[in-house]
Amino acid sequence: MANELLFFMEVLVGGLLAGTMYSLVALGFVLIFKASATFNFSQGAMVFFSVLAFCGFMQDFNIPFVLAFILAALLMVVVGLCTERLVLRPLMNASEDTVLMATIGLGYVLEGLAQAAWGVEVRRLDLGIGDFPVPWIADNLKLFISALDITAGLVAAIMIIGLFLLFKYTKIGLGLRAVADDAGAASSIGIPLKHIMLLVWSAAGVVALVAGMMWGARAGVQFALVDLALKALPVLIIGGFSSIPGAIIGGLIIGAVEKILEVYIGPFFGGAIEGWAPYVLAIFFLLYRPEGLFGEKIIRRV
Amino acid sequence: MKPIFMTYTKKDLINLAVCMVLSVLIIPTFIKTEYWYTSILIPWLCLALATIGQQIVMGYTGQLALGAAGFMAAGAFAMFNLILRVPDLGFVGSLIVSGLIAAAFGILFGLPSLKVRGIYLMVATLASQFFIIWMIDKFGWFKNYDSSGIITAQDIVILGKPFTTPLAMYFVCLAVTTILTLLAMNMARGSTGRNWMAVRDMDIAAESMGVSLLRTKVQAFAISAFYCGVAGALFAFCYLKSLEPVAFDIKLSFKILFMCILGGLGTINGAFIGAAFILLFPVLLNAIGNNVFHGAIDATIISSIEQVIFGLLMIIFMIYEPLGMAKLWENLKQSMRSKLSSSGIKGVKSPILKK
Repeated sequence: MANELLFFMEVLVGGLLAGTMYSLVALGFVLIFKASATFNFSQGAMVFFSVLAFCGFMQDFNIPFVLAFILAALLMVVVGLCTERLVLRPLMNASEDTVLMATIGLGYVLEGLAQAAWGVEVRRLDLGIGDFPVPWIADNLKLFISALDITAGLVAAIMIIGLFLLFKYTKIGLGLRAVADDAGAASSIGIPLKHIMLLVWSAAGVVALVAGMMWGARAGVQFALVDLALKALPVLIIGGFSSIPGAIIGGLIIGAVEKILEVYIGPFFGGAIEGWAPYVLAIFFLLYRPEGLFGEKIIRRV
Repeated sequence: MKPIFMTYTKKDLINLAVCMVLSVLIIPTFIKTEYWYTSILIPWLCLALATIGQQIVMGYTGQLALGAAGFMAAGAFAMFNLILRVPDLGFVGSLIVSGLIAAAFGILFGLPSLKVRGIYLMVATLASQFFIIWMIDKFGWFKNYDSSGIITAQDIVILGKPFTTPLAMYFVCLAVTTILTLLAMNMARGSTGRNWMAVRDMDIAAESMGVSLLRTKVQAFAISAFYCGVAGALFAFCYLKSLEPVAFDIKLSFKILFMCILGGLGTINGAFIGAAFILLFPVLLNAIGNNVFHGAIDATIISSIEQVIFGLLMIIFMIYEPLGMAKLWENLKQSMRSKLSSSGIKGVKSPILKK
C-alpha cells in the first residue's frame, strides 16, 4: 500500500514538474494576450526559433553560453520589433480572428527561417543539468525526480514572481494593464503604445527562449517542439488567457492529469493518451467554465 | 416545403459547361503524362474538396476550426473498413457512408462551438484532430490488425469495373468533386447558407431573428466533416493508395487551413484556387531549385523557404486582402470588364458584383 502511494506521489510530482514546462510556454501567450488582447499563435514557433538560434550560436560559432543567451534574447527583441512594425501595426483595427490568422502566418515564417538558417536535424542541448533523478531526494524521500524538472520549476517560479511584480508595482506594468484594458484610451492619455507592444513581444520572446531551453534539454531541439508548444493552448483554457497565475496552475493541472491518466488508464488503451487528453480536458473546462479558472468573464456586446 | 435546389443563372451554366469541357475533354486529350494525374490533378481535387469542407465551417459559418485532417482520416479509414467488411455496399455506397461516419465525428466535436468561439473553439477542434488519429493508431481493428503500419488501399471497383489507371481515378475524383461542389454551391446560396452567414456575421443577431444556433452550427460541422471525410477517402484511395494515420497529421490540417484562407474565405472557387496554389507552389519552387540553381540549394532549404513564403503570404493577405485570392480574381475580372465596356466610368465600381 505504502509503495503504491509512493508511486502515485512520484507520478504526481513528476507530472506537476513537467507541467511547469507547459506553463513556461503558456506564460508567453499570456503576456501578449494581457497587453494587446491578441492571441499569438506563433508562440510555439518562437520557442523553436529562439532555442534553435541559441543552439546555433553556441554550437556553430562556439560562442560561450551566456553570450549566446544574450544574442538569442536580442534576436527575439528584433523579432518582436519586426512583428510590431510589420504585422501588428497594419492590423491595428482588424478583427481578432484576422490577427490570429496573421500570427499563424508569422509562426510559419519563423519556423521556416529557423530551419533555413540552422538546418533541420535534431540538436542536442546540454545545459549542464542532468535529466536524471536527484540522488539526495531519491535516498531520503524515496521519490525519483529529475533535476531538470526541478530546475524548470524553479525557473518558472522566478519568472512568474518577476513578471507578477513587474505587472503589479512598476509604471511599465501599469501602462501594460492600461493598454490591455483599452488601447485607445491608453494611447490618448499618452502611453506609448508602440513601446509597450515592443516590450511585451520582446518579453514573450525571452520567455520563449527560456521555455525552449528547458524543452530542448529534455527532448532535443527539433521541430516537434512546435507541436509540444500547442499543448500550452489547453493550459491557457484551463487557467484563463489573461492570468499569469492561471498559466501556472493550468500547466500544473495539465501536467499532473496527463501523467496520472497515462500511467493509470493509458495501459488499457495502448498508451499515448497524453497526446489528446489535455485537449479533451480543455473541452470539459470550456463547457463548464469557458473563461478558465482565473480568466475574466467574457462579455460580448451586440 | 422549401425548394432544395436553387435555380441556376445563365452565367452559372456557362461556367459549369466551360469547367466540364475543360476537365472532361481537354485535359484528358492533351495531358498524357501520368505524373500530372497522380501528383497534381488528383490531390488537387481531393484537397479542394476538403477545403470546401473547411470553407463551410470557417468561411461560411465563421467557426474557427482546425481539424480537417482528423475528419479526413476518419473518412479514409471508414472507407477501408467498409470495403473490407461490408463489400456489398460498393464503392459509391462506402464513400457516402464513410462521409456520414466522418460527419458523426464532426457533430461530436462541433458541439463545443455552441459555447465558445474563436481560439477557444480552435483548441476544442484540435482535440478531434489528435483523438481521431490516436484512436485509429491504437485500436488494431481499424487497421485490420496490420502490424506494418501502412496498409495498401483496396482497388476501386464501381459496378464491377475496376478503376485503377491514373486517368480512371482522375475521373472518379472529378465526378465526386463536381457533384459535391454543385451541392455546396446550392447550400451556400440557399436558406442553409444564409443561416450560416447570418451566424458568421453576428450570431446573437441571427439568433434573435429566429435562426437556431444549435441547428445551424451543428449542421455546418456535420456537412463540413462529411466533405472532409469523402475527401479523405478519395485522398487515401486515389492519391496515396495506402492508409496510414501519419498522413493525416496536424500539418495537413494547417495546409487545408492555409488553402482556405489564402484561397478566400467564404467562397467555393476560393477552395479550388487555394488548393491549387498551395499544391503547385512547392512544385514550382522545386523546379526553380533544380533548373535555375541545378540542385545547388538543398531540398530542406527549399521546403523551409516555401514555408516562409506561405507564412508571409498569409500575413500579407490578412493585411491587404483578407478575402484572399478569390477576391483578387474577382477584382481582376471587374477591372477587365470595366475596361471592356465603354460605359464603365473610371473609378466607379459596379454595384452588382458587390458582395
